[in-house]
Amino acid sequence: MTPGGQGRGKRGRWSSPVLTVGMVICGALLLVAVAAPWLVPRDPAAMSTLGLAPPGSGHPLGTDVLGRDVLSRLILGSRISLVIGWMSVLVALVLGVGVGLAAGLGARGMDRALMLITDAFMAFPRIFLVLLLISLSAPSAGLIILVLGLTGWMPVARLVRAEALGLRERDFVAAARGLGLSPWRIAWRHVLPNLMPTVIVAAALRVGGAILAESFLSFLGLGVQDPVVSWGQMIQQGRNHLLEGWWLVTFPGLAITLTVVGYNLLGDGLRERLDPRRGKGARV
Amino acid sequence: MSHSPENLGIWVLQRIATTALLLVVLMSAVFWIVRLAPGDPLDQMVSEGMSRADQTLMRQQLGLDGSLAGQYLHWAGAALQGDWGNSISQHRPVRDILAETVPATLVLTVTAYLAHLLLALVVGMGMAVGRGRALERWLNLTGLTLYSLPSFWLGLMAILVLGAKAGWFPLGGMHAPDAAFMGPWTGFLDLCRHLVLPAGVLALVSYMGTARFLRASLEEALDQDYILTARARGIPERLVLWRHALRNALLPLVTQMGLHLPFLLGGAVVVESVFGWPGMGRVTVDAIWSRDYPLIMATTSLAAMLVVTGSLLADIGYHLLDPRIRIAADGEVGR
Repeated sequence: MTPGGQGRGKRGRWSSPVLTVGMVICGALLLVAVAAPWLVPRDPAAMSTLGLAPPGSGHPLGTDVLGRDVLSRLILGSRISLVIGWMSVLVALVLGVGVGLAAGLGARGMDRALMLITDAFMAFPRIFLVLLLISLSAPSAGLIILVLGLTGWMPVARLVRAEALGLRERDFVAAARGLGLSPWRIAWRHVLPNLMPTVIVAAALRVGGAILAESFLSFLGLGVQDPVVSWGQMIQQGRNHLLEGWWLVTFPGLAITLTVVGYNLLGDGLRERLDPRRGKGARV
Repeated sequence: MSHSPENLGIWVLQRIATTALLLVVLMSAVFWIVRLAPGDPLDQMVSEGMSRADQTLMRQQLGLDGSLAGQYLHWAGAALQGDWGNSISQHRPVRDILAETVPATLVLTVTAYLAHLLLALVVGMGMAVGRGRALERWLNLTGLTLYSLPSFWLGLMAILVLGAKAGWFPLGGMHAPDAAFMGPWTGFLDLCRHLVLPAGVLALVSYMGTARFLRASLEEALDQDYILTARARGIPERLVLWRHALRNALLPLVTQMGLHLPFLLGGAVVVESVFGWPGMGRVTVDAIWSRDYPLIMATTSLAAMLVVTGSLLADIGYHLLDPRIRIAADGEVGR
């Protein structure tokens, strides 16, 4: 028996089907989100007397209770998913990289204290902490981004710390220290660039999770409020008409699934591409 | 790190002490997050035209008078004795609410976890056995898709298709309306019928992480020399896999179990609110809507406690189970 990884060497590293499919899905979604105002066949907010019309001519994906076109709302809803997904991951990355670098490169005492805090945050099932924080203020996109970011940085911090611990013993870091460079400069110019592959893979994989979290909050009615459209909110509104209008819940759910699959494939593919050591069998 | 038998005891004590410290940090975090946020819990309860004197009295009754630090000590002290105060929305002790909802959540999560493990075991082995073949790619693709599904949506779809259209399963809840009049056996069957969809959804969206982990440790085990030896001795491949590789691959899984708990509890929040399962998650979501802070603080703290205890037990279990560490403890093998 030969260990796995045989067929991988022959193909070019960029031609992994996982990465390609992931990039196509994510790229297409980005285009849809950017071009949403020009793509929508109808005004997403326009109501009509034709409520709960099944998918068919005129309304390819049907209409909701208020007679609004589901396809148009679906297209417009892609924006909030992507914005919240990306921005919240950005917040988590900034926090996680900061904490991880400080713990990995700083003094032992600081490392211990920061890791205790990280463990404490990780001990909450995330959703409880998210619900607790969301409940403290009126729901808005900014609040959701902040809350998902504040509750999502811990795995990034651990990952960055582990890598930084390995890097700090390497010769180029020792040389930089020997030259008398400040710890900030070492962290920023010498360690961080070497962490980028790890950070990029973590980012892609976390966007999917953030999009799922946003959709669940919207499903509970704790997400963005009505003039703004989001997929989770469409499911929440369609839930009461599950039996009369299956399309109200089905299509937004498929859209969420497609998006999250896209980002997970992108993350998996990038991991294979950027870090062959961990490409196999690592956790999702 | 090696432990002699006495050292192991000390290590366990140390681990318990860290866990206790962590719990204090967690409960403090919950308290301070809620109390430092803008707004006063009393605002939710004060009605128009309530006199100042009545408000002061109410403040005293709710333990909201005095310094924040004093309130914190009071709350934490009472909470440690199992007294979580009174629910604002349900007008009864939080303790009573927890006594009803925690068992419901446990029934759901334990069932879901058993299904999760079974799925992970089958799929993980399938991927390890079929590595590099179409089987692995299919299992990978289905797993990744399921992992990416919003569980609340999958729940609604299951209700729509398997519940409403096919009529195989109830649309939600934990018991049929007439469950109180059923015998123990029919009552149990009724519970099982209600469990299938929520537990199934929870297992389906979560198993892939474990399956991938198991695949990785199985592949690692299959590359070891003792597997080569076993194969060279002509032991059938099926036995090699089951008896030799799997047994060694399962051990790392034990450490993972404690880490699965947050996932399952979090998933339970989602699934409970879709299926109307009367557990902790649904109660928390309801409590959020009514800004019922005593209840929110209690469920959040309790969830954190369960998770921290879970990882403590997994850690200790791992140390007791791993023969390498045990041998190292006897000083025969230095590591």
